[in-house]
Amino acid sequence: MLSAQGLTVARGGRLLIEALDLAVPRGGALLVRGPNGAGKSSLLRVLAGLLPPVAGAVTREGTLAWMGEATALDSERRLGAALRFWATLDRAAGAALRVSAALAAVGLDELDDVPVRLLSTGQRRRAALARVVAAGADLWLLDEPASGLDAAAVARLEALIDGHRGGGGAVVVTTHQPLALPDAATVTL
Amino acid sequence: MIALFRRDVRRGYAGGGATLVIAFFLLVAVLFPFAIGPDATLLARVGGGVIWAAALLAALLPVERLVQPDLEAGVLDQLTVRGVSPAMVAAVKIAAHWCAFAPPLMLAAVIAAGLLDLSAERLLLVEAGLLLGTPGLAALAVATGALVAGLRGAGAVAGLVMLPLAVPLLIFGAGAIEGGASGLKLLAAVSLVLVAGAPVVAGAAMRAGVE
Repeated sequence: MLSAQGLTVARGGRLLIEALDLAVPRGGALLVRGPNGAGKSSLLRVLAGLLPPVAGAVTREGTLAWMGEATALDSERRLGAALRFWATLDRAAGAALRVSAALAAVGLDELDDVPVRLLSTGQRRRAALARVVAAGADLWLLDEPASGLDAAAVARLEALIDGHRGGGGAVVVTTHQPLALPDAATVTL
Repeated sequence: MIALFRRDVRRGYAGGGATLVIAFFLLVAVLFPFAIGPDATLLARVGGGVIWAAALLAALLPVERLVQPDLEAGVLDQLTVRGVSPAMVAAVKIAAHWCAFAPPLMLAAVIAAGLLDLSAERLLLVEAGLLLGTPGLAALAVATGALVAGLRGAGAVAGLVMLPLAVPLLIFGAGAIEGGASGLKLLAAVSLVLVAGAPVVAGAAMRAGVE
């Protein structure tokens, strides 16, 4: 579903990754590990097509859902409405239903009416995850999805990823904390 | 794209954006009578030009809010992974900004015309000029906003980038008050050039910002 050959990534004139090959099949998962500044996020941005690689090529199949460092939810809007904006952009039909199901899946269904600016760090992270779930995309690229989450929320994240893979989806996750993904391939930078 | 347009229009009006434009515009328009003195005939003669200068300055006000917040919040990232072209995003932003910016400005121009003792015919020419010129101003504002997004002291740089490029609009807009229809045609031509060129410039700047 996602593959890359000879990927070389540089940021601000510094070479971060050299000639990396990777492949994520349908139902597969790839865990990108490494210390701060190793280039985890840059690699993910390259895989998402947000950043051009210095050399090499990325091939993607199917639709893509991106969860970056920033939440990309309008802070003055209510959580539900902010998520419905993106869900409508993805696919207009059934956007409201998909959003309420996604909010329930991340355990934020009671905060549907709360303005985004009032959410805590962990809740924002879960809201961004809800957008990924509501998008219904084939490939998930998640940048530090577990940062700021409590133990229960991490378990929920793991369950969501498992469910996505069970449904034929693939996922690439960067993390610097333990995350239980069965049979996941690991790239250490 | 309709969803994006509606979101941007709502953001334009949210938080008193329209009121701010009206208040700033009127404040600038009121400064001129204080500076020139209460000579009604003189004010009526320069009034049209004053309104155009005030419109240009008021157009600077929202520039920082057009692209920078979306770049910081990752909204542009999300649009990019969805395969929306940056030029398309810029075009939508220009249309939305025009809808949030032009109506309050044209309303404020009526009030300013009263303060400056402008005749009805001259006010009509000013309003017609604003209708034709504000799309150009909106395009310029979005392109400038995209160019300065992420810079420190973006507000001051925005003025330096935008005001020189807006001078043709000022010349033909104020000229149309004396020149009538032919002046309005020139104004429309300048506005059209800006509207056609700005999405490309703004799109390239946003693309560079995302990277």
